[in-house]
Amino acid sequence: MSCELTQTVLHGYLDGELDAARAADFERHLISCAECVTALEAQESLHSSIQRTALYERAPASLRQKVQKELGTRPRSSVTPIRNPAPWRWLAIAATLLLALSLGWRLLPSLRSNRTGTMLASAIVDAHLRSLQPGHLEDVQSTDQHTVKPWFDGKLTFAPPVHDFVNEGFPLQGGRLDVVSGRNVAVLVYARRKHLINVFVWPTAEADSEPLSGSQLGYNWLEWRKSGMELHAISDVSPEDLTALHRLLME
Amino acid sequence: MSAGVEGKLDVLDPQDHARFEQLVLPHLDAAFNLSRWLLHGRADAEDVAQESMMRAFRFFRGFHGGDARAWLLQIVRNTCYTWLEKNRSVDLTTEFDEELHPQPSVSPEALAIAGDNRERLTRALEELPVRFREVLILRELEGCSYKEIAAITSVPIGTVMSALARARQRLQRVLTQPAPQQKQEARREL
Repeated sequence: MSCELTQTVLHGYLDGELDAARAADFERHLISCAECVTALEAQESLHSSIQRTALYERAPASLRQKVQKELGTRPRSSVTPIRNPAPWRWLAIAATLLLALSLGWRLLPSLRSNRTGTMLASAIVDAHLRSLQPGHLEDVQSTDQHTVKPWFDGKLTFAPPVHDFVNEGFPLQGGRLDVVSGRNVAVLVYARRKHLINVFVWPTAEADSEPLSGSQLGYNWLEWRKSGMELHAISDVSPEDLTALHRLLME
Repeated sequence: MSAGVEGKLDVLDPQDHARFEQLVLPHLDAAFNLSRWLLHGRADAEDVAQESMMRAFRFFRGFHGGDARAWLLQIVRNTCYTWLEKNRSVDLTTEFDEELHPQPSVSPEALAIAGDNRERLTRALEELPVRFREVLILRELEGCSYKEIAAITSVPIGTVMSALARARQRLQRVLTQPAPQQKQEARREL
């Protein structure tokens, strides 16, 4: 045990915190220092063990409720009366969050290597999280696209595409208005088994684009532009499920 | 412990209130996770996370933009330390080992096997002195940058790297060497 870099720089390297020049220096050092190579392998193994074991503990529902009660947080005021979420819905959301916990933190390494996370992606994730709080999910709760679609009329300057895909395993749950990065957006809520998917929609002047995927805080998202609309789907479901929903929305 | 809320909470105007809900409230999970790992018990962690959130709410006017999660976690950490001083001061006096111990050579395979046991990894983390534990939790579970860790734990950014190095080596040691306590347990089982 002699190489002092195992006590310092090796960790900065492991965490991606060295500037390019120092990282290159350390990589050169690795060629000639077996001790650092072994230590780096051991540390990487420890790191992936921690990630795999999903040690992150999310706030229990009881805490969330207490905090919201103390803050006097109320469901957002809305043009239509908001129905009280049934208790089972809250349970379903809690279960969804638990699943997100167990699945989500395994995705962290990929998240770490891809730290780009645009402001918009963060805003969408925040909006998704907010929607999972009680009473925030839908302004209009209906599985009927002919109820949801007219509901948006007069509330937005555009008409979002509203379709129910119940036969394809993505039943429409409802819709709401939201504000993301300063713009008014329509949100369509779909269910996928016990999970919820938010699809944010707003008009764009840009050309159609291929879907772009990513993940943040354990949530997967998929974004694309089609026929003057920009769509962002986000959920804790698998990227494959999001791709399936994307296909349906493109039809 | 009660939430310790003095006076009325309704000190923010509606706009600030909404900003708080938008910027700070989404980090409730982070607040709970840090409390849980600093205090061990989930019930205590819930109380402390709640109190931290209320403090953050009261101090929110002092938040001038920037990293809301780091700002909140700094409050959570301070609240945890206050709680530990009051309720479990022994946790804080556990030596913060500045000395660098010779590291026994450990094969990555052995470490992987030890580390993949969730219970064992949890216990190893909980055995670490709180100052080691906090940097590991912030880095490995919360994914904080060194800059954020420095801000949250009030240490110069230059010392974050060496603190993490010591914490990881200590964790590695605990994981690969059975603790005396575990040996006793093993004996009792026989």
